[in-house]
Amino acid sequence: MSIPEGATARVLASEIRSGARSARTVLEEHLVAIDAREGEINAFNLVLVNEARAAADAVDIRVAAGEDPGPLAGVPVALKDNMCTRGVPTTCSSRILEGWRPPYDATVVERLVAAGAVVVGKTNLDEFAMGSSTENSAFGVTRNPLDPTKVPGGSSGGSAAAVAAGFTPLALGSDTGGSIRQPAALCGVVGVKPTYGAVSRYGLVAFASSLDQIGPFSRTVADSALMLEVIGGHDRRDSTSIPEPAPDLSSVLDHGVEGLRVGIIEELSGDGLEGIADDVQARLHEAVAALEAAGATVASTSVPSTVYGLSAYYVVAPAEASSNLARYDGVRFGLRVDALNAGDMNTATRTAGFGDEVKRRIMLGTYALSAGYYDAYYGKSQKVRTLILEDFARAYEEFDLLLSPTAPTTAFPIGEKTADPMTMYLNDVCTIPSNLAGHPSMSVPFGVGEDGMPIGVQVLAPAFGEPTMFRAAKVLEAAAPDGHPAVGGTMVGSPTGVRHE
Amino acid sequence: MTDRISKEDVAHVADLARLNLTEEELEAFTGQLADVLDHAADLAALDLVDVEPMTNPLPMRNVLRPDVVGETSDRAEVLACAPSVEDEQFRVPPVLGESP
Repeated sequence: MSIPEGATARVLASEIRSGARSARTVLEEHLVAIDAREGEINAFNLVLVNEARAAADAVDIRVAAGEDPGPLAGVPVALKDNMCTRGVPTTCSSRILEGWRPPYDATVVERLVAAGAVVVGKTNLDEFAMGSSTENSAFGVTRNPLDPTKVPGGSSGGSAAAVAAGFTPLALGSDTGGSIRQPAALCGVVGVKPTYGAVSRYGLVAFASSLDQIGPFSRTVADSALMLEVIGGHDRRDSTSIPEPAPDLSSVLDHGVEGLRVGIIEELSGDGLEGIADDVQARLHEAVAALEAAGATVASTSVPSTVYGLSAYYVVAPAEASSNLARYDGVRFGLRVDALNAGDMNTATRTAGFGDEVKRRIMLGTYALSAGYYDAYYGKSQKVRTLILEDFARAYEEFDLLLSPTAPTTAFPIGEKTADPMTMYLNDVCTIPSNLAGHPSMSVPFGVGEDGMPIGVQVLAPAFGEPTMFRAAKVLEAAAPDGHPAVGGTMVGSPTGVRHE
Repeated sequence: MTDRISKEDVAHVADLARLNLTEEELEAFTGQLADVLDHAADLAALDLVDVEPMTNPLPMRNVLRPDVVGETSDRAEVLACAPSVEDEQFRVPPVLGESP
């Protein structure tokens, strides 16, 4: 058994709702795919075989009883392991949450289950979502299904790899500075960071609260739209949740880009930025041609303050993280390393429980917030966010959407950047500005690089611009040079893991 | 902007963040943090006196709910997450002094 060609969430859900196939059969097919390659890829921290079987059977019983289990009926989904699942370990790939079983479900989990989805497992991530390669994990490295010597990107690398490998058609990630879009690009799948507040963060373990946002991974643009419609919309348990229903994306998906104005961000697109690989630039230019051919007008534009995005991000995100991660004190949940007094217990627990990257960011943030440095770093970075927001606002007076590469290069070899954090951070240069502004953006697979590995094009939109963003993504998907690297049976089950051209 | 971050600074910050560092870690982290802060030094050149800081991407608003009792977490379930409990409370080593 292998995953049949075209096994998108939409197709699977419609087959299961109509009774043409059972949810259990669909699940078993995906479990076989997981069995075949999970040992090599390590996408999951935990596969919930029994729970998933019970959930799939429950869907089948409802279908048999004439009920409609919902738009994701029987669709296997994977959850990044920083989303709370009631009674099921939620680790953030950190030792410090060892043994913790959350007493509640994240809102996104509740909504997926209510829509009929079958949760298959919890996926690996860079510890507390801090990283761009899924190498900073207490559960080991996740490998890129298209070339297991390469990273899948991060921090949601497990979710990206799970979708790319055909383990599940859908997965959820979280994106603080590119943690959905960059791994989506590196694994050749679709990844979406919605508008800040569009998806409830209730039950998402906090990293940087003014930047974090949950979003979908899928093999097709239409599947991400479907998943976002299910998880989006107001939630009273998240005070930053936008008090509106989720936007209707499915009905506008095929509206095309005729007449849309698209701007290429000069500062992030290669000509203005060192370090963008030639093949990434070449694919971006082809994407531009595809949009023009579909009736959009495309021009270069400057969003000047985005060049300060990386600096501002690596102050703001660590600062918020240092505050958010103060809660891991060995008192209420997770790991405790005992000591003779409470203070020493806190220190011993945190020292043993956090990995190096998390320690680095906590210290960076603590420093940036400490007396004498606050104005120079944190205060200035918050003002840079305002500049970026204003620059985007100016650009969106002239353009409906903006375009850039998602990541500067294709997937890099495992171990290549672990010794030099600053080199690793540069991976996020194109994705960070959207987080700082709270805007939506998404990565669409658009051909491959010289090494045969996937390249993503990033579509950026103003706040609440998801409908227009998805229209452009759909056009790019249809025009992508080599079709879709991760769709179909060519890659799944391939013994070498190398994609066949 | 400021002098390069020193080993003493990093040791102080680690102490504030409740982290113990070995001498070797202190050395490595100091260099790495300095690299990141060097990169952030481009912010120093910006004149931002008249720019308002942005604390949140969306306009801030009050979020209120009706004043009615809703669902709450179950005490036993929450306490079951803790490494040590006693009499429906979290148990910790002495805050003042040391345990005997």
